Amino acid sequence: MNAIENPDPLVIGGQSFHSRLLIGTGKYRDFAETRAAIDASGAQIVTVAIRRTNIGQNAGEPSLLDAVPASQFTMLPNTAGCYTADDAVRTLRLARELLDGHDLVKLEVLGDPKTLYPNVVETLAAAKTLVKDGFRVMVYTSDDPIVAKQLEEIGCVAVMPLASLIGSGMGILNPWNLQIIIENAKVPVVVDAGVGTASDAAIAMELGCDAVLMNTAIAAARDPVLMARAMKLAVAAGRDAWRAGRMPKKLYSAAPSSPTTGLIGKA
Amino acid sequence: MISLTINGAPRSFDSPLNCNELVERLQLGGKRIAIERNGEIVPRSQFAACMLQNGDRLEIVAAVGGG
Repeated sequence: MNAIENPDPLVIGGQSFHSRLLIGTGKYRDFAETRAAIDASGAQIVTVAIRRTNIGQNAGEPSLLDAVPASQFTMLPNTAGCYTADDAVRTLRLARELLDGHDLVKLEVLGDPKTLYPNVVETLAAAKTLVKDGFRVMVYTSDDPIVAKQLEEIGCVAVMPLASLIGSGMGILNPWNLQIIIENAKVPVVVDAGVGTASDAAIAMELGCDAVLMNTAIAAARDPVLMARAMKLAVAAGRDAWRAGRMPKKLYSAAPSSPTTGLIGKA
Repeated sequence: MISLTINGAPRSFDSPLNCNELVERLQLGGKRIAIERNGEIVPRSQFAACMLQNGDRLEIVAAVGGG
């Protein structure tokens, strides 16, 4: 879709996208389901993980990149599972080589394996190294507005605060912090992690987030392909609602929607 | 004989080999992979020129499903 057809593109690191839903490729039953869910979601950016290859086993094993080719989607290699800045940087350098110089990446450095809460100290260190090394870094972080601003100042092309913990499906726990992050940010803000169902995604977009990134909410649904479509609609609806500008909330208004004059039975 | 550590596990080879030959020996030919040698990326264009040394630590990775 070009700019004339889409007056409201998502621009990340100089690249335009029409979809504001980014999705992960993990936890699906098989690659066919992964692909069907991506297609139903309308996502253009998909995250992938980088892992050691199986050596000497399953030589003919299908590959994710056959089902989800880099020629059709914008790959977003992540550093999921990394607990140090050094491991995250090494992982993304490998990813760049693997994907023929592709430099748009998702940085996440985790703090502990129980909560998967981000370690912002290591994240800041890794972001500095990666930006200097020419990567366009989309960065997963906590919902701390100061850290989000620092990541932006380092040169990250998008900041991606959590709604709640990875894989929890708890939805948006602190809309007030997200609102401060959005107000302060000059780069896109992407809610990443914690979305559980379609209304969570719509609320994130109504708050003014630029996009939503999710994996488990779709992959762990009973019908992942149907949920992928629900998320597509929720993100689009939330974005339109934000652009339209909601009416103010009032406890009561005494201003009915129907005319107050011309009622029958009056003198 | 040279001994390498590949993806954390020890492996030995009878004769010296380069990265291209390693890829073939591990039956990874034609697969989308990337190699790190002792912490440094080995660009695909350098596979043939990159002779492996005894004690090298290699990471060989691929893209998999993930969020």
